[in-house]
Amino acid sequence: MTTLTHPALDKPYTYPDFDKPLPPREGDRVIQFREALREAMSEEMRRDERVFLMGEEVANYNGAYKVSQGMLDEFGDKRIIDTPISENGFAGMGIAAAMGGLRPIVEFMSWSFSLVAADQILNNAPKMLYMSGAQWGCPIVFRGNNGAGGQLGSTHSWCVEGLYANVPGVKIVIPSNPYDAKGLLKTAILDPDPVFFLESERMLGDKAHVPEEEYYIPFGKARLAREGSDVTLVSFGRPVHFCVEAAEKLAGDEGIEADVLDMRTIRPLDIDAIVESVKKTNRIVVVDQCWPFASIASEVCTQVMERAFDWLDAAPVRVNTADVPTPYAKGLEAAYLPNTERIAAAVTKLAGAR
Amino acid sequence: MPRKTVYTAEIDFLQILDEEGRFDESEGLENGQPILSDEQVAYLYEQMSICRHLDEVAFKLQRSGRMGTYPQNKGQEANAVGSALAMKKGEDWLVSAYRENAALFMHGLPMHNVLVYWMGDERGSKVPDDVLVTPLSVPIGTHMIHAAGIAWGMKLRGDRDRAVITYFGDGATSEGDFHSAMNFSSTLKVPLVVFCQNNQWAISVPREEQMASETVAQKAIAYGMPTIQVDGNDIFAVYKATKEARERAVAGDGPTFIEGVTYRLADHTTADDARRYRSPEEVQAWLDKDPLIRTRKYMVARGFWDDEKQTELEARTKRIVKEVVAAAEGIEKPSTTDFFDHMYAELPEELKRQRDTMRTSSLGQDPSQVGLRAEGQRV
Repeated sequence: MTTLTHPALDKPYTYPDFDKPLPPREGDRVIQFREALREAMSEEMRRDERVFLMGEEVANYNGAYKVSQGMLDEFGDKRIIDTPISENGFAGMGIAAAMGGLRPIVEFMSWSFSLVAADQILNNAPKMLYMSGAQWGCPIVFRGNNGAGGQLGSTHSWCVEGLYANVPGVKIVIPSNPYDAKGLLKTAILDPDPVFFLESERMLGDKAHVPEEEYYIPFGKARLAREGSDVTLVSFGRPVHFCVEAAEKLAGDEGIEADVLDMRTIRPLDIDAIVESVKKTNRIVVVDQCWPFASIASEVCTQVMERAFDWLDAAPVRVNTADVPTPYAKGLEAAYLPNTERIAAAVTKLAGAR
Repeated sequence: MPRKTVYTAEIDFLQILDEEGRFDESEGLENGQPILSDEQVAYLYEQMSICRHLDEVAFKLQRSGRMGTYPQNKGQEANAVGSALAMKKGEDWLVSAYRENAALFMHGLPMHNVLVYWMGDERGSKVPDDVLVTPLSVPIGTHMIHAAGIAWGMKLRGDRDRAVITYFGDGATSEGDFHSAMNFSSTLKVPLVVFCQNNQWAISVPREEQMASETVAQKAIAYGMPTIQVDGNDIFAVYKATKEARERAVAGDGPTFIEGVTYRLADHTTADDARRYRSPEEVQAWLDKDPLIRTRKYMVARGFWDDEKQTELEARTKRIVKEVVAAAEGIEKPSTTDFFDHMYAELPEELKRQRDTMRTSSLGQDPSQVGLRAEGQRV
């Protein structure tokens, strides 16, 4: 751990030692994504009494999605706090707590509901340090479900990353698997800036090996989920799985080998890893569960063209959702989202392009 | 079964010093003495006078291009000073909007900070460490939730004899944030004074068009919060109500709502022209209720103020404001790359790149990052 002094932080701030090698991803301690999140929060709460969790249903009900199950029993109602249904209210209260030296974790039942707290999370939290001349920081984590949860209708199916990533001052984390979820959430809680941590209702039950030991995954470092030399697939969050599936299918059916990059964080964005891969493969497909217009995929493509134009053998390709509100009907929702078939088709077409 | 009344409510109005300078002893005395000593009244009068003069000078600075937009406090000074005196400096937090300058100054905010801020320099929001005020908050009502949060923190920590006061206008009570702050602070029973500066106008929208309720104060009833309407141009009434509210707060009895009825004598900001939407008669009626005029009448009647002291105060006020303007204008100009400071606790690589090359519009402007192969380089 390295220590940093910052005017906005009441105590010397301790960064994890990111040079320490991460524990192996393989093992037999298989737990759910939601348990990995719980483990990350609980470990940090045991370590630092300033950390607390606040949100709708997080305490007595054990979390709307059981992420915080058992935490009330362990930490008590001063640190696991049920709130009225008022995202705007508890987001703002959390910001005040962060300004005052605490380390709040604010759970949005869904990031879709964060829209009613927009001024607090976009106009207050990310600007507090800046507008107060570094007098107040805002070390807060907002976390919750993001993306289409499965026939929840358009207003409850937001992917906020495209919208929110436009705002300077925030950090945006979007893990794709339980191992990363634990390591990234622990880093988020320690982070001195506001962090938006985007989970997926569809992945909370996913199981994988998660080491029991404590580990911290640095922000801005992509994970190479699969290695190949013909095309670069870039994604983050849930669609990473579709990319890996598509890559396996392409390798079998077409003999096309893809690099699959799991970005892990959107802000900061590991553009260097993307450029490095593109310089090897000369082709890129960006898979993004946001709407296409002014999306993260658009940003990635732009930066790739700015930094690696001459290395591209074909125009970058985006696979986004359709540019419509998330459909309610099951079949329509599935067709609207990026999926393995659409990704494979995009890669096949791109591979043939000259 | 006949209908029955399950709830009724009344709103008290408190006035101690009226616009003629008449003092109501039934409310204004404590142990036979006025609740504000002569020294305190003189001090508050001075604070109001300085704030008023700062307003006038700031207005001229804006008109001569030396300042950005500025919202004058004119007419609302009694709300600020009366309440600020009732709060405990160095212990209590002031979480303000932007029309309470005198309250902030009384709690230690250097006056030039406010000018620097409105001159368009973020450094104006950098408050000295021992001054417990938050930066001016221009988005309407958003800071009220922070006030509830800070007060909640005090409660959770078990702080003794500490409270928070938050200021906002009548217009802010239309915002959802107002509701959130009222609901949270009352259900959590936090040590908070919720102070509404009802200045009758939300920019150009009169109070009657903003809300259907007779008073602003009655909005607190729905939150189970003690509430009162006071003459906001009366330093005694404002002081007394705030003092009582603070006592409730530190006793653990939760938040109190105060509606300080006042009037925005100036335009909303320098970007506004209130003559376009309100009558000269209305403004004149409120000019007669000016808090400075009635306070001066009281001081003269009590025999501790005269024209000589007034002249001396005016000279001192001018000197102070002149120094404040000089301090604000004398601040070293920021360098262009300063705007990358304080974005994050540690500047991310991407922002370092932007700062180093000062290209903010397009990555492509930085030759080192243009993704073209150098001439002659093998493909």
